Formats: sequence, structure tokens, C-alpha cells
Amino acid sequence: MIRIRGLTKRYGTNTVLDGIDLDIAAGERVAIIGPSGTGKSTLLRCLNYLDRPDSGVIRIGDLTVDAATATSAQILALRRRTAFVFQSYALFANKTARDNITEALMTVQRKPRAEAEARADAILGEIGLSDKSASYPAALSGGQQQRIGIGRAMALDADLMLLDEPTSALDPEWVGEVLDLMRRVAERRQTMLIVTHEMQFAREIADRVVFMDGGRIVEEGTPAQIFDTPKDMRTANFLRRVR
Amino acid sequence: MRALDIDYMLGLVPVILGYVPLTIGMALAAMVCALLLASLMAVERVMRVPVLDQFVQLFISFFRGTPLLVQLFLFYYGLPQILPILSGINGVTAAIIGLTLHFSAYMAESIRAAILGVDRSQWEASQAVGMTQAQSMRRIILPQAARVAAPTLVNYFIDMIKSTSLAFTLGVTEMMGATQKEAAGSFLYFEAFLVVAVLYWAIVETLSFLQKQLERHLNKAITR
Repeated sequence: MIRIRGLTKRYGTNTVLDGIDLDIAAGERVAIIGPSGTGKSTLLRCLNYLDRPDSGVIRIGDLTVDAATATSAQILALRRRTAFVFQSYALFANKTARDNITEALMTVQRKPRAEAEARADAILGEIGLSDKSASYPAALSGGQQQRIGIGRAMALDADLMLLDEPTSALDPEWVGEVLDLMRRVAERRQTMLIVTHEMQFAREIADRVVFMDGGRIVEEGTPAQIFDTPKDMRTANFLRRVR
Repeated sequence: MRALDIDYMLGLVPVILGYVPLTIGMALAAMVCALLLASLMAVERVMRVPVLDQFVQLFISFFRGTPLLVQLFLFYYGLPQILPILSGINGVTAAIIGLTLHFSAYMAESIRAAILGVDRSQWEASQAVGMTQAQSMRRIILPQAARVAAPTLVNYFIDMIKSTSLAFTLGVTEMMGATQKEAAGSFLYFEAFLVVAVLYWAIVETLSFLQKQLERHLNKAITR
């Protein structure tokens, strides 16, 4: 169970996140949609403190982190319960595909090498990249890199997987394979919070869709409620524009 | 103009070659120490630890701002007068310490620039998977910075090998010191210094070759 209360982030006088309240149940898949610059990515980045929120409380299971009192130990603990998939993949450039997956298992989770490598090989198989095990990121296509980015996140067995527009930086030809993989991750009831511009995909995989505008949650509901019968004007206008 | 005494030069080659191990040894010892010191200072400069940061900046400024020869004299001839504990220091040790401190100041700046050149996303990705700052630095950032800094660092090593010749002013008989002694005995200064120049040159060319091999090895992660 994940509980977010009053999460706020300002850059100077600009309030990017304005008191976000959100609950996510274990196994729930939540999609965040909304116009550019409304704080969707900032929300994700505040949830693992890549950006430090100015105020607000995040609770994941028995771990509670309050922005007012957050210690570096708490931030580390929070990061170890979440996994993050970046828009720009952000694979470790000095590590092979396989080592990108084993790295955190060994350095962070302290798993023995053999166990970490077995896990990485299993994941490489699932994401269909066993033959790229020894390749460095620079030698892989965008789609392959992002699949490894997702594989790296899968390996962590995190309580919450955060995905920040995972297909936005991809050439159109690679979008399909990445969406397919995310669909499979979603089918396992991995708890996911995903920022996406792929409306069809959000409708398919999400249990709940959250519409954000101006740093606030405007409206949330089932995909059918949001996409077919939006209550708020802003939601309706946005959906009309993106269709 | 008189003819070169080729026989003398050829006879001198094995004599000076005998001092190559000492020259390379001093340079290697200083390089290892300087790399360690420079990496620590570079990481500190990136992290900006209060107080320590001012000290490191002062250190770098001093050792980049004064000639190596002056530093060597300061350590070898000067410091023991102030700190009698250092009076037993030999020329080789003093030269290694001097080279270490001098070159670490330059190398720290190169490594710092290389660290800052690593893409921000690499920091974010390592933090996102739950690594501590130290783990991120050691496992992800420094290896990538090393690739960028390597050519420059090898250049400093080459410079360091040539700079070991200054140890002769501290009474160390290394390649330069040995040549000086030979020349003083034969009065064939041109021949003697030409031989030592060519030998330094050969060492540096060998290193330049190894430098290219190293770069190829380090670049394997970014070439298809």
C-alpha cells in the first residue's frame, strides 16, 4: 500500500507540484496523463527523491518519509523500495546489458554473483535479449536499451515501479516492442505508476487513470470513466486534443 | 665541425640503459601515488566537502603555481632544516614525493573535469537503483570518467618520466645523472646528451603506443 499526502515541489516561485494526494494499492497499475509541464514527471521524480519535494509525506509499506525530516538513510530506503524507468533509458554506459541488471542486485541487494547472474539471464530471456547479454548500451537500439531499462527495474522486485514516459524518446519503430514488454510486466500485477502519452496503452493496462493539470490531480477514475465520460472540462479538452 | 664519435655513443647506450629501471621505477611509483591522491582530491572537489575543499584548492593552486624544480629543492634541501625528522630522506624518495605532489595537482583537475563530464543520467540511474553516493561514484561514475581522463593521464605520465631527470639535481644517479657523469669524464657532451635524449624519446614513443592500446580497450563500451 502506497500513500502520498500533500506532496509539493517548487522551483523558485513556480509551484510544480501542488499538494498531491494519491493512494496506490498493492498490485494496482496507475497511469498518469495530462498536458506537458503539469508536473507528471516531477511527481515521479519526487517519489524516489531524485528531486527532493519541499513538503509532503510518502509512505510505502512500513516506511514513512516526510520531506520536512527526511534523512539520507530514509531516502536510500525509499529508493530501494522503488524502481525507476527513465525516458532516456539511462543505462549504465560502462556496463554490459547483463551487468546493468546484476549491478544493483550485487551492490545494493548484496546478492551473490551467481544468483544475480541467474536472475539477469532469466530476465534477459523474458525481455527477448539473451543474445545481447554482453553488448554495451551504445551498441543497442533505443528499443533494446529501454527493454533493458525495464528489465533492470523488474530485477529489483520493487514495491513500486515508476515509469517516466518510457516510450517518448523512442523512434516510432521501437515503441511497439516496449509497450508489449510493459504490458507483460503489468499482467504480473507489478504495482506501477506510469506517466505516458500513449492513451490507448493507458486504457488497456491501467486499473486507474489520473489526469493532472497545473501541478494538481484534476480527476481520477477507471480508464472508462476518464476516457469516455470525463467530468472535468480540462480532462475533456485534453483528451480531445490528443486524439 | 668535428665528426660524431659513433663508437663512444654506441658504447654509452648500454651504460645509460642500466639506469632506465630507476627512471621508470621512480615515475611508476610517483604515478601510482599521484593517481590515488588525484582521485581523492577530484572526488572531494566534486563533492565540495567544507573546509577540506579550501585546503584541496590551496594545495592544487600551490603545486600548479610553482616550478617542479623549486618544489624538489624545497623538499630535499629546505624542509629537513625545519623538520629534522626528514633529514634522512634520500634523493629518490624526495623525487618521488615531489613528482607525486606536483602531478597530482594537475591530474586532480583532469579527473574532476572528467567526473563532471559524465552524463547526469548516470548519477540519477545509480541513485534510482538505491546505490549510495560512494557506490555510484566507484561503480558507475569513476569508470566512465577514467575513460575520458585516460589519454590526458598518460600524457602526464609521459611528462613525469621526463621530469624524473630533475632528480639528478638531488644527487640521484638516474639516466640524466649517469649521462652527466659520463660526459664529464669524456668531454663528449654532445654525444652523451644526444644518446640520453634518444633513449628518453624511445621510452616515450613506446608509451604512446601503449596509450593507443589502452584507449582502444577503454573505448570498447562505446564502440559498436
